[in-house]
Amino acid sequence: MSRYAGACFGAHAIVLNHFRLEIAMRLVVVATLIIAAAGVRAETPADFQARFSAQAKQENPAFTGFSADQGQRWYARTQGREWSCASCHARNPAATGQHAATGKLLAPLAPAANPERFTRSDKVEKWFKRNCNDVLGRPCTAQEKGDVLAYLLTVR
Amino acid sequence: MNLPCSIRRWMAAAAGLGALLVPVAGAVYADSSIRPLDHPVWRQECGACHVAYPPQLLPAPSWQAIMSGLDRHFGADARLDSQAQADILRFLELNAGRDETRAGGKPPLRITETRWFIHEHTEELPAGVWKRPDVKSPANCAACHTAADRGDYSERTLHLPKGFSTPSHSKD
Repeated sequence: MSRYAGACFGAHAIVLNHFRLEIAMRLVVVATLIIAAAGVRAETPADFQARFSAQAKQENPAFTGFSADQGQRWYARTQGREWSCASCHARNPAATGQHAATGKLLAPLAPAANPERFTRSDKVEKWFKRNCNDVLGRPCTAQEKGDVLAYLLTVR
Repeated sequence: MNLPCSIRRWMAAAAGLGALLVPVAGAVYADSSIRPLDHPVWRQECGACHVAYPPQLLPAPSWQAIMSGLDRHFGADARLDSQAQADILRFLELNAGRDETRAGGKPPLRITETRWFIHEHTEELPAGVWKRPDVKSPANCAACHTAADRGDYSERTLHLPKGFSTPSHSKD
């Protein structure tokens, strides 16, 4: 009798442990999702500007701030390669652009004209990485990113 | 075949009905129609710089070659993170078109070089249409296929830019 009871409790304990394990696993999944969501959470252009500013101070101790004028000139000119930012994103960043190679129409880049711009760090990082390589043949400096964002934020 | 559009549409409908009655499903897709597909990562990533080109339009070896050279993708840096790259490649391979044998055994890298594309786009298309600034390139499907971003390349949504008349599209 007692042997059966032991077996029975043993089985119960196993079920309970399974139950606890399942709850723990679900918590881990939920926590992972929350962390993942935070990684791509909506941000504002000002958040990016603050980040570029912190990076620029690290890259250059003499950093004094960003310049929209410098950003505007940088946006419009080619830099040793075929394309400038304006080649695809339109000379006026509040207007619809057109991809220089494929002809596809591109939504405006200036946040005032397109509120989706500069709200997701995964997208901002992906596009700076690709487009700086296409325009400059190297990654952009934090100074360059901050200057061009300062310019884009002046465009209405 | 130079029949008016309306007659050809009726003929296509009748042919479609016939195909349903006689179960030879393969024949339904053997014409020039492109079955719309969806895959959110593919649509978002490939559709950022150009229309997300239908996977059926190139064979699997072509997609493999294209996806392994995204750092220099037709002159542009189109690098993806490894997860998106793997997801998209799997989708392209699963839905790829038939193999097209090439001289030298190399897979075609441009849809515009395939026999299918040339057949569909050389007849009855006005000269110079791809050189216009608003079209720019034969890669710009959406300039005429106005619903290409939704995978719809049907005649109903085909409109040539202003100044050109819409061709009566051959479906032979």
